[in-house]
Amino acid sequence: MDLIKVAEESFASKKEHPSFKSGDTVVVHYKIVEGSKERIQNYRGVVIQRRGVGATETFTVRKISGGVGVERIFPLNSPFIEKIEVAKEGKVRRARIYYLRNLTGKKARIKEKKRKLDIGE
Amino acid sequence: MPQGLIGRKIGMTSVFVEDGKNVPCTVIEAGPCVVTQVKTVESDGYTAVQLAFDEKKEKQTTAPMMGHFKKANTTPKRKLAEFRDWSGEMQLGDVITVDIFNTDRWVDVTGITKGRGFQGVVKRHGFGGVGGQTHGQHNRQRHPGSMGASSYPSRVFPGKRLAGRMGGDRVKIINLRVLKVIPESNLLLVKGSIPGAKGSYLIIEK
Repeated sequence: MDLIKVAEESFASKKEHPSFKSGDTVVVHYKIVEGSKERIQNYRGVVIQRRGVGATETFTVRKISGGVGVERIFPLNSPFIEKIEVAKEGKVRRARIYYLRNLTGKKARIKEKKRKLDIGE
Repeated sequence: MPQGLIGRKIGMTSVFVEDGKNVPCTVIEAGPCVVTQVKTVESDGYTAVQLAFDEKKEKQTTAPMMGHFKKANTTPKRKLAEFRDWSGEMQLGDVITVDIFNTDRWVDVTGITKGRGFQGVVKRHGFGGVGGQTHGQHNRQRHPGSMGASSYPSRVFPGKRLAGRMGGDRVKIINLRVLKVIPESNLLLVKGSIPGAKGSYLIIEK
């Protein structure tokens, strides 16, 4: 496994993404190439899973678009991902929150994690 | 320009290349290999270079093999392989590293496929099976079907593809693109898959 890591690192992009996990709401700034033009598309949704390690790690983002559930799988190290923003930290009990697929409307909300308060000196 | 190395399959991963494409690739630990014998037309009737790869203990080496390695002034190795018509002069004891390969060029890789045991004709030869499950069919979906004609020839022709042992064959995959060469850790990354299990020996030629 070690030598695979060496190989993967030689191709690794220098981009650093914030840490996020399933249940979090993220905005993925995704670069789209149309012919010769490039533009950035923002895809906002809930992370329902992260899978894989190293260069092959991916994450799935689910959102409701026009009343239809849409899930998109992004490779974490894709050069087309400009930026990942963590909009909300969700409080969930599992690493794979597939149960969200069967919930709609108000039931499909995720409790927000209480941020740790910054305590002064 | 035949040149080559002995290597070991490390495993597969995928990498993003310049244009953003996600390319599947195999990581190979290639070399360093030592020249243990140089065959010439005068002495052997053909020209070739014998390479050795992968350290092993002296304790595990037989005395005749030990003498063979001593001649090349090297430590005992596990895997030996011969490369015909090597381009360029080689001397006994020369060390060849992964540097001989270049990025974005093509290599051929030979390996031993994973053994799959006794398999039927559908998996082993890609037969389509008998067809559907209806029309009186109940227990032979994956059978070979007809073996040939009847009273003439009254026998099955030799070479008829049947069930049997599958895998464990020596297979060469030609024209694999080299994605990257990492000389510091003797690594070679080629596009696509390669026969054999992780850790198995490979012969890489260019």
